[in-house]
Amino acid sequence: MIKTIFEKDLTNKKMFISREFVGTVEEVWQAWTDSEILDQWWAPKPWKAITKKMDFREGGTWLYCMQGPEGERHWAKANYKKIKAPESLEVIDAFCDENGNENPDLPNMHWRTSFKPSTNGTIVEISITFASQEALEQIVEMGFQEGFTAAHENLDQYLEVNRGIGYKV
Amino acid sequence: MRRDVFQAIADPTRRAILTLIALHAMTPNAVAEHFDSSRQAVSKHIKILMECELLKQEQSGREIYYHFNPKKMKEVSDWLKPFQQMWEDRFSQLDRVLKNRKTKK
Repeated sequence: MIKTIFEKDLTNKKMFISREFVGTVEEVWQAWTDSEILDQWWAPKPWKAITKKMDFREGGTWLYCMQGPEGERHWAKANYKKIKAPESLEVIDAFCDENGNENPDLPNMHWRTSFKPSTNGTIVEISITFASQEALEQIVEMGFQEGFTAAHENLDQYLEVNRGIGYKV
Repeated sequence: MRRDVFQAIADPTRRAILTLIALHAMTPNAVAEHFDSSRQAVSKHIKILMECELLKQEQSGREIYYHFNPKKMKEVSDWLKPFQQMWEDRFSQLDRVLKNRKTKK
């Protein structure tokens, strides 16, 4: 299994995710930017991503929902800010209703995704920035509600991730 | 005022204090010796960490020792776990999608 690198920088309200995929940069880029392919993988099981509308250009949007096992739907919208095919994407992700009207009570996320060729395929790096600490907490709490399984991580690993914080010894 | 664990660990000095005390229990003076900041500033940080239960205090003779509370810290790491899991699920699905597209060609 290919390892996902997952880092969080709570001070700067950022998350950083990095992962290598087997496939050319063009193939991986297409998987991230073609709604038909996105629908096949974007939602974590048992949820399903369903695209209502995609207008893939700067200033355009991708309106989609995540459909749960009971048929419940959560709508989201990706606003494409910058597109540099097939290298990088900048997106503002917002929660909305089925007509794309954004919900001001739920936090936006700013995503920057880059695609780089590697020895085995393509490395995708995602950096997600939240407007506030509360926004970050809110997003993760929503993750709980949608029933993603929580496995247990031990304390050693936690400290491993957070080491190098530079105290004087 | 609500004492928020995430706010507590967002501060680099408090993270450093936690890492120190996680190694072994310490007196307030021993903690303060590791930092350039004033004793007063350090004890303020300790107070915040106590209030959100990341530290526990125990009396041993005349000295007070601060202990690390791993249970509370685990809550912090568990909190992010579902988010991480979501990405892992998503990515293994993308692996399959990419693999299928290759075989179709």
